[in-house]
Amino acid sequence: MTGQATTAGDGPARQLWPLARRAGQAALVPALAIFTALILGAILIWLTTGSLATALAAYGGLWEGALGSPRALAGTLVRSTPYIFTGLAVALAFKCGLFNIGAEGQLALGAVCAAWVGYRFQMPGLLHVPLTILAGIAGGFLWGMVPGILKARTGAHEVITTIMMNYLALQIVQILLSGPLKDPRSVASQTPALAPTSWLPMLIPSLQLHSGVLLAVLVAIAVWWFLGRTIWGFELRTVGVNPAAARYAGMSVARNVVGAMALSGALAGLAGVVEVAGVALDVTTVTPTGNRYFGLGFSSGYGFDSIAVALLGRGNPFGVIGAALLFGGLRAGATRMQFNTQVPGEIISVIQALILLLIAADVIVRRLYRLRAATADEAQPALTSGWGEKVA
Amino acid sequence: MADHEALDSADTRHFALEAREVTKRFSGVLANDRVSFAVAPGEVHALLGENGAGKSTLMNILYGLYTPDEGEILVGGEPARFGNPSDAIARGIGMVHQHFMLIPPLTVTENIMLGNESRRGRLLDRATAAARITELSRRYGLDVDPQATVADLSVGAQQRVEILKAFYRDARVLILDEPTAVLTPQEADDLFAIMRGLRAEGKSLIFITHKLREVLAIADRITVLRGGRVVGQARAADVTEHDLARLMVGRSVALYERDGTAGGAGPSEAGPVEEGAVAVALGLSEVAPEHAVAPPAATAAAPLLRVEGLTVRAIGGTDRPALDAVSFTIAPGEIFGIAGVEGNGQTELAAALTGLRRADGDYAWLGDREITGRAPRELIAAGVAHIPEDRQKDGLVLPYSIGDNLVLSTYRQSPFARGILLRIGPIRDFARRLIDAFDIRAGRGGADLPAGNLSGGNQQKVIIARELSRPIRFLVAAQPTRGLDVGSIEFIHAQLVAQRAEGRAILLISAELDELLALADRIGVLYRGRLVATLPRAEATWERLGLLMAGGE
Ligand SMILES: Nc1ncnc2c1ncn2[C@@H]1O[C@H](COP(=O)(O)OP(=O)(O)OP(=O)(O)O)[C@@H](O)[C@H]1O
Ligand SMILES: [Mg+2]
Repeated sequence: MTGQATTAGDGPARQLWPLARRAGQAALVPALAIFTALILGAILIWLTTGSLATALAAYGGLWEGALGSPRALAGTLVRSTPYIFTGLAVALAFKCGLFNIGAEGQLALGAVCAAWVGYRFQMPGLLHVPLTILAGIAGGFLWGMVPGILKARTGAHEVITTIMMNYLALQIVQILLSGPLKDPRSVASQTPALAPTSWLPMLIPSLQLHSGVLLAVLVAIAVWWFLGRTIWGFELRTVGVNPAAARYAGMSVARNVVGAMALSGALAGLAGVVEVAGVALDVTTVTPTGNRYFGLGFSSGYGFDSIAVALLGRGNPFGVIGAALLFGGLRAGATRMQFNTQVPGEIISVIQALILLLIAADVIVRRLYRLRAATADEAQPALTSGWGEKVA
Repeated sequence: MADHEALDSADTRHFALEAREVTKRFSGVLANDRVSFAVAPGEVHALLGENGAGKSTLMNILYGLYTPDEGEILVGGEPARFGNPSDAIARGIGMVHQHFMLIPPLTVTENIMLGNESRRGRLLDRATAAARITELSRRYGLDVDPQATVADLSVGAQQRVEILKAFYRDARVLILDEPTAVLTPQEADDLFAIMRGLRAEGKSLIFITHKLREVLAIADRITVLRGGRVVGQARAADVTEHDLARLMVGRSVALYERDGTAGGAGPSEAGPVEEGAVAVALGLSEVAPEHAVAPPAATAAAPLLRVEGLTVRAIGGTDRPALDAVSFTIAPGEIFGIAGVEGNGQTELAAALTGLRRADGDYAWLGDREITGRAPRELIAAGVAHIPEDRQKDGLVLPYSIGDNLVLSTYRQSPFARGILLRIGPIRDFARRLIDAFDIRAGRGGADLPAGNLSGGNQQKVIIARELSRPIRFLVAAQPTRGLDVGSIEFIHAQLVAQRAEGRAILLISAELDELLALADRIGVLYRGRLVATLPRAEATWERLGLLMAGGE
């Protein structure tokens, strides 16, 4: 901004400063979007309940439920974990110029595969846990690969195909759960309970905090490393930014499109794994030994929200972690909020939707806070790509 | 030489557009340093300067794309503040960018209306708009079909659409950033005719080019920028090409005519330009440039590249193939030039030989390897290099750093990768070396600067540096010096000659006949997809090539 800043000496501070400033700039619009959405949410509660005090109490409850106690914090982390995976899934596809709307279906397939390996086999935990995880990865990988192949071969747009694959996945899961994979001893559409050897190890058993969150952070680092430091990541990003130049440079656009969709699906599949093998779903059991199984309607939209998570995280793996924590926290706090103030928990969805809207239409935020227009450096990754172009 | 002719002496109220003491910095680069510049009604004002001198930056400021850090802008003598281009457009300023800003799938009318829609109720009024466009195009001699889809138009026609777009918005000042870089000589002459017409109507024109001949032919006044500063202003009538060249480079330069360059020297000695001796060849010298390169080194040798009956189907319905049974050979150490009006198959030829477009069958051999139908990666590994004609679309990943762009096709090889890991250090070192060797003006950002932040000419140098810095056997160079300043052109030409001396086969596709005549050993002419003639350089003249390019005998 000032002449001094650009002509300052050549110390190490000079090296760090631009980095920090870039990170700050990247986070600025999302932070303001969250802030604005929260204010709008408060106004909405105020208007519908007719009381400003209720609005404040609702946010108090939200805070308490998300961060107010160790148990609340653990709940936030557990709910953030699938968000991290699905957010990473969408972000990775973005980097290749692809818009993966299919995280929900990929997650479901990952969960089914993980559950099957979890209940079907008996083996020591040292083997069972990795195999369960791998099964989930494989399910998501294959399911994500299909739209990739369709795009590469026929030019079918991944937005359409992934949406259709979501319906397909949900139908398949329904059929499996009411037939081949159904627990015969249960009336509900659900798999038999997973063998405890396949459960993700607990970090803090008393708080039901499982190790999935660690796995998620490790995977986020791996994704960052993969994209930024490996030749495959380089190819994938190049195809995303400029497919013509990628082709010119000898990269296969088709192979990268298929690979990116498959990897994206694998990440979404991991979200299914942690939900199935990490979270005790047996609501009657409050102990951490509660049963784990896969039943209908268990994902409750982690896949769909992932687009917002990835957008809010600006497609950056670490940004995704931050966004996932926010979304997980909102989810975790919603129950307490509703309990304390009778404000329906659905208000959380409204706030999430507002955040998404404000991020996608960042002009609103920039106008509101008198920010400069986006420069090339900070511009968003392209969220859409052309229709029906064949990339093979 | 009227360097010191001060603008202040003129009555500022007469200027259509004026910049006063404008300064613009980009993260450490002083792109414009207290630049003062003005254009009067009915004047063609040329802006000259080396690659990276700050010309586009200044124009972007005048057009409201950038806000100046210091200084002011006056329109018709009154101070103006442009927050964005719409402000500038509202004050009667139009701009045709170095890289066009049209939307290819839309029609001419739609593109021109965009952002300035005439409406009938809530509906777009295409008919009224089309009528106005037709009227404008007749008035200014800007010949385009309002109903045509932009994607189908030639580059020259797209440029006319850009110009029409400006006047549709009632521009009084028109900024043209390197308009002739993408035009054939014929199209450039047409553009000059249009510009003279506009001048006669009292419009103000700002014209950026690297071709000194054009400047003297069309400009009334000239401003020269160097390193972001104005280093001279003059009336075109008062200066010579020599004066301008000296001003641009900033040193007393050893000027020579083309025939003096490598006379007597074998190609092996015509390597990189010597330190200090800044050689500036004029855009067009009167002297026939036969001796610029030594006679063919190895015509007797077996051809390195053999193309036989190469045919490429046209995209979209026409029966006539884009490339129709083209045959030629290139020996090692030979430069084979391709002349032709743009759109006669040059793009397809380059694409087919580099694996970017499918040809139907086996039609080209490199050494004894058949190369048609191979994937680009295989061809790159086999030693095929390609300087593409569209640098921003094919040649560069604009958001990537210069370093990443320089290893775009070699990132898998040692030392840039170890196993699957990219190695940042070696990539950066390599980039620093090439930035030095090719004089890429990257400012402080150095190897880490995004390629998109480079000036147009410096972007081109990045591509050339990349393609010439790895072991290659066969080079396809399409418009390699497009958008480069005179000094850089000479440097790149020397590089091509050096490649030739190393025994590479070079296919040089160029719209610049001068370039072909100076460098090529033989010149083939493409017309409607067919190679209608192949002439040894000794027999090739401007007139003959021009005739052949137009389909004559
Ligand atoms: N957005 C940007 N960020 C950083 N540096 C920039 C940016 N735009 C331009 N520059 C730098 O400013 C200087 C002037 O660039 P400019 O594009 O004005 O040159 P130019 O005279 O138009 O050159 P050319 O003839 O090659 O088009 C260059 O050093 C360039 O690298
Ligand atoms: Mg420029």
